[in-house]
Amino acid sequence: MRTAVQRQNWLIAVPVILLLLWAVIYPNAAVIAGSFENGLGHWREFAASPADREALRTSIIISVASVFASLAIGVPLAFLLGRFEFPGRRLLRAVATLPAALPPLVGVIAFLFLYGESGLVTRIVQRILGMQEAPWRLKGVGAIVFVHAYTMYVYVFLFVSAGLERFDATLDEAASGLGASTWRRLRRVTLPLLMPAVAGSALLVFMNALGSFSAPYVFGGGLRVLSTQILASKLNGAMGLAYVETTVLALSAVAGLVLFRWLDRKRKYTLAGKGGRTRSVIRSRRVQILTSIAAAVIVVALVLPHLMVVLVSFARDGSWTTQVLPPEYTLENYRRLFSESELWRPITNSVSMALIATAANLVVCFLAAYLIVFRRFKGRGLLELLVALPWAIPATAIALGLAATFNRNDLATARILLVGTFWILPLAYFIRDIPLVASAVESSLRQMDSSLEDAARGLGASWLLTMRRVILPAARPGLIAGGLLAAVTAVGEFVASVVLYTHANRPISMEILAQLRALAFGTAAAYSVLLIFLVLLMTLAARSFEERLA
Amino acid sequence: MTAAPRARSGKSDAGALALNGVTRRFGDFTAVDNLSVEVGPGELLAIVGASGSGKTTSLRIAAGYEAPDSGTVTLGGEDITRVPPERRGFGMVFQHYALFPHMPVEQNVAFGLEARGVSKSERLAKARAALASVGLEGAGDRPIQSLSGGEQQRVALARALVIEPRALLLDEPLSNLDPTLRQAMRDDLRAMLRRVGVPALFVTHDQEDAFAIADRIALLQKGKLLQCGTPSELYHEPVSREVATFIGRGAVVRAVDKGSSALVTIGSVTRELSVSRPEEAPDRLENAYVVMRPDTLQLSRERGGSAWRGRVINRRFAGGLVVYRVRLSDDVTVDVESTSGEIHEDETVTVTPHNGLFPIVPG
Repeated sequence: MRTAVQRQNWLIAVPVILLLLWAVIYPNAAVIAGSFENGLGHWREFAASPADREALRTSIIISVASVFASLAIGVPLAFLLGRFEFPGRRLLRAVATLPAALPPLVGVIAFLFLYGESGLVTRIVQRILGMQEAPWRLKGVGAIVFVHAYTMYVYVFLFVSAGLERFDATLDEAASGLGASTWRRLRRVTLPLLMPAVAGSALLVFMNALGSFSAPYVFGGGLRVLSTQILASKLNGAMGLAYVETTVLALSAVAGLVLFRWLDRKRKYTLAGKGGRTRSVIRSRRVQILTSIAAAVIVVALVLPHLMVVLVSFARDGSWTTQVLPPEYTLENYRRLFSESELWRPITNSVSMALIATAANLVVCFLAAYLIVFRRFKGRGLLELLVALPWAIPATAIALGLAATFNRNDLATARILLVGTFWILPLAYFIRDIPLVASAVESSLRQMDSSLEDAARGLGASWLLTMRRVILPAARPGLIAGGLLAAVTAVGEFVASVVLYTHANRPISMEILAQLRALAFGTAAAYSVLLIFLVLLMTLAARSFEERLA
Repeated sequence: MTAAPRARSGKSDAGALALNGVTRRFGDFTAVDNLSVEVGPGELLAIVGASGSGKTTSLRIAAGYEAPDSGTVTLGGEDITRVPPERRGFGMVFQHYALFPHMPVEQNVAFGLEARGVSKSERLAKARAALASVGLEGAGDRPIQSLSGGEQQRVALARALVIEPRALLLDEPLSNLDPTLRQAMRDDLRAMLRRVGVPALFVTHDQEDAFAIADRIALLQKGKLLQCGTPSELYHEPVSREVATFIGRGAVVRAVDKGSSALVTIGSVTRELSVSRPEEAPDRLENAYVVMRPDTLQLSRERGGSAWRGRVINRRFAGGLVVYRVRLSDDVTVDVESTSGEIHEDETVTVTPHNGLFPIVPG
């Protein structure tokens, strides 16, 4: 019955929408309102501050440069692996997505160990060239873009690879049959058809780079970007200015989103081919050798950060100064992590907070995705917007919004004191991961034949039985994949944590930073290895869970 | 949530399923317009129409997935318009079967019994029996993905039958089968539906499916019922030009109504044909058309005095017969069946009507 179904829609939709309004919209609205708390005063302050103007400019420069650097690595690599066969291809393919498995802060410290002033590669180059000082310094825009390119090219690579896989081989064959040369086919057929994938991944890189915090925080030196500026203002107690900076950061992200949509506006086609193109074997012996050497170099470059973190995790704290490699190795770092309760604490904190956030994500995002995919009701557009919105808001902005909203108990304005408590971080992780989990569940549910729900009801099944026996099984792959992604990002989360953590609920990422500052490289690396290990463990658990159910 | 219905036993209480003056609008679009049809126990009624004619909406209203804006749905005289699908106790076969992909065949078939709280051993026994009744003994453990289209259709049917439904609803039950299988399934489906003895309503866009399976056919166009009757009635006694054009093969040609006969002019030759009139038609139709089926015409090479002549533009071999398409004038082309296959394309032939009655319909 229409009316009964409608009543049921609202019964589920109203709590979900209210929760999202409270967690997503309210904090951000509070930030915007806060920026106007004394009229345009804070905005004038922002406009008059050379530091803030520089931060805005630098943020945008870094983001755009990161996009181009990621494209420059990701697109050729996708073509190389997608279109050509050469010795070492499978190994390169296996490690090509490895950087994405590094939690953001871990990638940054790995680069520090490798390319920093006393890093392995830096020292080797210095020795070879016989220089007195390090040949370069890992500071400033260049260093940040370098790290970004390493961690973010993976988006471009994955999107373009998927595009190439779906690329209908007959289109290429048709073009060559019409007499088009290799270059003309690439320029007129292949690249235009891959544009959606390129644009989509470029947007993803842009948003990530704009909100990036760890690289600018560690390598910035004197450099200012918006995300670090926000934290600095907050720590100085200049909340009004922090609100303005947050609003500007969020607006830049939205502007980027709109700009990309506009650039991509003409697209009316999708790549829906079955693929079917085989990889061509490189025939020239010389080219083959060159390709394999290049592949080997890339493999080493991709694996090196991981290996370096593992190596340093065994280095005795304080022993590694001017040597190429740490001179003394020990198991002490790990022993201390597991035996000293103060050092163990961040690990239980991170795991429990990630699990709580993920559980909440699974429940809320499943209900939201179910409503979005299967139900027609007036608030559906709003729900879709609420679910997607956290994706467009940089994590620093989300965190500052929470800091501004949940700082006191005031039930009349729906405020609860969470800042300074354990619960503020799980809430932040939950909000950050909403779009991720919801879109994973949505795509699973969209593959389900919608008449299955009708069929179950027609056979006499109640709503609960239909949910349990029909909808949940269909959503399961998305729930597992989305839940895994949420847990993995939450367990290594740094950007929101740095704004909101307290000593009692400090997560692993904050402890890594603290150890780094104390120059306890070995301990910091041991934490990083543990974090990578946790990510690996979760991935295996999710995979075996899925296999057991399938 | 309300309690699931009890599993029903026996067919004795099955009453007629009826849509009474049902209308359903989607915005400005009227999908179903004041539709009334009734299916008796053990009867097979096909709702036939082109896509967008409102046939699927009608079926969904009968099943309870859509509520009509006005009109009622009754079963055995009881108003069930507001009863949700999970409490109607109908068996439905969906167009793409809607089999649960994560359950093996047996669990799919037993799901309706699970919803009714039937014990596991009993529901599995019943599911096996239902599978046997559609010719799928021992297929219970197979995953859905391993089934052919025809097998999936049988599983969907078994799933609908095992709950001992009060009515059966089928949405394009044969449209996903390949043509050879389709022919065989028509006979099987008719036999299985008749055995159940409850009202069975199915929608299809394919009139051959409807002719082969249904006792009666309701022809829908733009949400309106054009005619409801036996296949023979729709073929031989169409009530309107639309019905005559949609049902069967044949030319619908302008005519001058003279009561028991009609004058048909093609080219420069006028002939008088005996006609059968729809019951409710007036004595003289102002705007009349005569229906000429391929089996009511014959052709020859001989030149007649006042005969329709035309050129064969196509010939099609159909087993014992050959169907010739003959162009008689700029706006009249007829199909003619013949036992002779000697005539070739591009030959000029004479077409003469048989002596029987030709349906006359208002335009």
